[in-house]
This record gives sequence, C-alpha cells and structure tokens, in this order.
Amino acid sequence: MENKIILKKVNNIFKDVLDDKKIKINEKTTASDVQDWDSLTHIQLVVAIEKFFKIKFTSSELIKFKNVGDMVSAISEKLK
Amino acid sequence: MTSPSFNILKKNLKKDFKKFKNIKVAILGDSATQFLTQAIRAIGWEKQLDLEIFEADFDQIDRQVLGANSDLYKFRPEIIIIFECYQKTTELFYNLNDKQRKSFAYNSKTKIKNSYKIINSRLGAKLVYFNFPQMNDGVFGNFASKIETSLPYQIKKLNSLLNKLSTTCGDLFILDLASLVQKLGTKIAIDQKFWSNSSLALSIDMHPIVAKNVVDIICAANGDVIKCVIVDLDNTLWGGIIGDDGLDGIQIGELGIGKSFSQFQLWLRELRRRGIILAVASKNNERVAKDAFKNHPDMILSLSDFAIFAANWNSKIDNIDNIQKTLNLSFSSMVFLDDNPLEREIIKKTFPLITVPDLPQDATEWLTYLQEENLFETASFSVEDKKRTRHLRQNAKRALRYESFADETLFLKNLKMVAKIGPFNTFDIPRVAQLSQRSNQFNLRTVRYSEEQIKRISQSKKHLTVAVQLKDKFGDLGLISAIILEKTSDTLFVDTWIMSCRVLKRGVEDLVMNHILSLAKGLGTKTIVGEYIPTEKNGLVKKHFPNLGFTKKKGLWQLPVSKCEKRDVYIRTN
Repeated sequence: MENKIILKKVNNIFKDVLDDKKIKINEKTTASDVQDWDSLTHIQLVVAIEKFFKIKFTSSELIKFKNVGDMVSAISEKLK
Repeated sequence: MTSPSFNILKKNLKKDFKKFKNIKVAILGDSATQFLTQAIRAIGWEKQLDLEIFEADFDQIDRQVLGANSDLYKFRPEIIIIFECYQKTTELFYNLNDKQRKSFAYNSKTKIKNSYKIINSRLGAKLVYFNFPQMNDGVFGNFASKIETSLPYQIKKLNSLLNKLSTTCGDLFILDLASLVQKLGTKIAIDQKFWSNSSLALSIDMHPIVAKNVVDIICAANGDVIKCVIVDLDNTLWGGIIGDDGLDGIQIGELGIGKSFSQFQLWLRELRRRGIILAVASKNNERVAKDAFKNHPDMILSLSDFAIFAANWNSKIDNIDNIQKTLNLSFSSMVFLDDNPLEREIIKKTFPLITVPDLPQDATEWLTYLQEENLFETASFSVEDKKRTRHLRQNAKRALRYESFADETLFLKNLKMVAKIGPFNTFDIPRVAQLSQRSNQFNLRTVRYSEEQIKRISQSKKHLTVAVQLKDKFGDLGLISAIILEKTSDTLFVDTWIMSCRVLKRGVEDLVMNHILSLAKGLGTKTIVGEYIPTEKNGLVKKHFPNLGFTKKKGLWQLPVSKCEKRDVYIRTN
C-alpha cells in the first residue's frame, strides 16, 4: 500500500476516534498539533490502527512514534 | 444491549445528561482507570443515569480509603469501585516469602473487609470490588492446585473468600471480573503491550464489558431490575409448531435439535426459581398449547412455572398489554423472548420500554448470548422471591373470586385476612430492603435502602419500624408493607411507606395508619408528618395522605394525633 493511501486511512481513523470530521493530518503532525490527541486517546488511536490494518505494533515500536509519519512508515513496513 | 465498542460508547459522553438521575461514584485503582471512568459514565447514559465520577489519582487506594479527610470522603460517593489489578497483585505476591504466601488470600480478604468497614461506617456507601482473573502463571503448571504457596492456588482461594465475605457484608458487591475475562478470553481481555507502556490493566475492548457490569450492579441497587420474562412457544420453547407437528413432532429432549430447547427451558425454570415471573404469549389453541406441557415427557417447564398463560388467537400486543396490566409491572421490568425477528421488531416498536434481546438465529447460541446480556442482576434476594410465582397464581384465584362478589365489604370479610404487624425483625430485613429497592408505585418517597442500611435503621433509637405480613384464605402473601418512622422532638416523620401492589384496596393502609397512631400515642407525639415525592411511577399514592386525613402545610402533609380516629379494617391481627 502506498504511503499516501495509508495516510488517508489513518486520517479517517483519527477523525473517527477523536470524533472530529475536520481533522487533517500530514506526515509531520504531532500530538501538540491536534487538540484531542493526548496520551489517553493515543492508546485508542493505536488500537484502532492495529485493528483496521490487521497488524500489531511491538511495545518498543510504539515508544518510538514521534509523529504521524513514523506511524505511517511503521504501518507500511508491517503491510509488506 | 451487547457491549458496543469503546469508541462508539465514548460518543455518549458528549450527550445530554441533564434529565437523568445523578449518582456519585468513586473509582480507586492501582492501574490506569481513565478509560474505565469514561466507559462507565458512557454506559450510564444508556441507562439514563448521570454517573458523576470521582477518579482518584493513580495508585491511591489505601490513602483514599484510610485517610480520614481524603478526597474520597469529601466527594461523598454513593458507590465506590475498587479495582486492584492482577498484574500488581502478582508482583506483590512474588515478593512474599512462603509463610506470607500461605496466608496471602486470607490476609488480602481481611484487608478488603477492613476497607469495607471503614467505607461503610464513614459513608454508608456501597463497595464494588473486582475479583481476580484466574490465570496459571506457568510456574507449576496444572500442579499448582497442589501447591498452597503458588499464585494460582492463592488467587482462586482469594476469589472464594471474597464470595464468602460478600454474603455477610450487605453493601459489598463483587464484580466477577474473573468470569468476564474468561468469557472474552484472556488474550483479548488483557493487552500486555498497554500494561507495559501505559499501566492499562485491561484491553480497550474489555472496558465496555466491565463498565456494563458495573452499571448493571448500580442499576440493580437503584431498583432498576427485570421482574418478568414473556416467552413465545413455537420455536422458542421447543423446535417446531405444536399445532402442526403435534406432541410427537415438536423437538425437545433428544429429538432433533431438542437438546438446545431443553437447555433453554431448564435455564428459564431456574429464573422462575429465583423469583422471575414467567408468562406465555403465544398464538395457539390454548388446549393444544397446555397439552404440550401436561403430556410431553421431555417438557422441562410445567404449567405451574407460569404466572400467566396467554395462548390464544389475539394479537401478541394485546396479550402483552394484558400481562402487564394483570401483573401490574412496568414495561421496563419486562423481557420478551421470541425466535422470530419480525415479531421482535413489532414488540420493540409497540413497547419501547420492554427489553427485547436479539436472539441469535441458532438456538444453541441463545444461552451464551442471554447470559452475557446479564439481564437478571439484582441487589437483593429474599425468601419472597422463591415463592413469587406461587403467590401470583394464588392471586389470580383471588381475582376470580372478587368478580363473584357484588359487595366489596362482603368480599373483604370473606377473604378472612390475618395480619402480623410489628417492628422489623432479623428475618424481615432482606425482604424490606428488596421492597425498598423494587417498589415504584406504592412508594411515597422512593428512597432505596440496602440490607445493611435497613439493618441499621431497625437498630436505631431514632427510628420506629413497621412490617406487615398478610395471610388470607388463599394463602400467605408474606411481608407486603414496610414503614419507617423517624422520631423528632414532637413529630413522627414517615421516612418510608411502601406496599406491594398485590394488596391494594384491602385496607392494609388503614391497618398501618391505626398502628402508627398507637405508636404515636405511646410516644406522646403531637403530629404525624408525611411527604409525597412525585415520580413517573407513583401517581397511585398522590392522594394517600389526604385520604388518611392529613392536611398540607409547607409542602409536607401533617396530621395532629389528637385528630386521628381509629379506622375500620377487615383484617384481624395476631
């Protein structure tokens, strides 16, 4: 799957989990850029992403996520 | 309601809670409890409850419970939830020596008992304590059953001790987390990744299920319980159609898929045994339908298990309406079971308050589904429950008799009623608590009491209590009315006056009033004061106090003792 498509799908997951249709993320987006993205909702986002793409991140992978781009790359790796 | 996903549930938090009943709940945990807080409040919305939740800071259980002036006590919750996760418990256990391990279960139970006592005495609050998932830690394998100092052994023992503790502590409710985790499966219920990264003891998916069960307990304590199950017959209690297939052709017992229906009937009978009222609403010839119960050798339910048997060609809607009127229960306390999705839709639309489970297509899956729905949570269980169906059938006989009397007075005399009236004794306590939790119609102030609270009131010097047991020539109706009076300097305040609707229009109210009067005279009380707090369901007693001669003064009903006269009753007292 192309990164562009992964990003679009992750954006949809953000919209659903954070209950905000206006959210627009890009590879550089971090938690400080999105209003409701905190440590709690981060867990929900990760779980939703894992379910959607049918993948599982390891706990060390999780700690390394610094922005959306990191998540997209990790997803892309898992889908190969 | 099968638990929706956490994500969908969370959307409830933005909805309107304004009209809902407010109940203060505190959550104390040694793991991250934020999702649990959100899930519980969200499910509360589904049950029309505004659960106002105080969530203690991380890992503050002891400090909050033991500290005399902690945030917990300042918040004054009605319900306190304590969740000690198995992960932390395991760590604790592994740091104990053998001697300590041997008494781990017992010591843990003692600690919980002490916390309960402190909470109960300081707040009178209910404690909901989560028990422990029973997992094998792979140290002894199955051999752990033989090793008293092993973790699996002690955890199982602790869960058993918690059960025992809950039988003596009326306001302690054990949330059976062990069963819930087992049902979902440990692999799905617990996500070690998030325990490691975020101290989350349960997976996100597990939260709606746990929250639902917590709220089920809160609802039951609040009087929101199921009292009656209405069942269809064909393809619901047996496979096939009795009218077409006949006694030989319906599937029950060993025939065809009969085993799942036998299982289902066995469980329904168990519900009846526990005090749930069973009623039949079926489109069938009455004689043919009854014949199936009388003559099929494999039929598990019998006619005496049903309080009402409506098999006829009327619409199911009319039958259900009649059942509701006859039993005098609210629709929200009823469950309707039917294999046919179209029938279920019609009943759902016509009676939005009736719970209509969406039974799976395969009858073999019904019990799993229904058990997970946890429809029959309760906060009380008394001897009355076991006799309920018998009492209702006796009542039906009374109703028939009433029809044949033109004169009401003659009817009452003919009933040959005898009452036992006096203060609450130990045996009355469970039934009184249950009446206070379940009565909605003949209930002047709708104050809900737990067994523990009734026990305290019965021993309090500030209160006088009255319990009424009634018998008539058809049978023993048991404890049917309970009154709690609060003494002040020169008045007697009616804190609670509840009565079972089964004994309306019999003169029990007058009997009670006579008794209150004699108590008041004995104390030298000048005035009896009552209060009517209107609810959706107690319109029946709007005129209760004026009918007894009370007059309204400053929002309360008052009756000077000097103006009271003894009322005529057709009830003898022992």
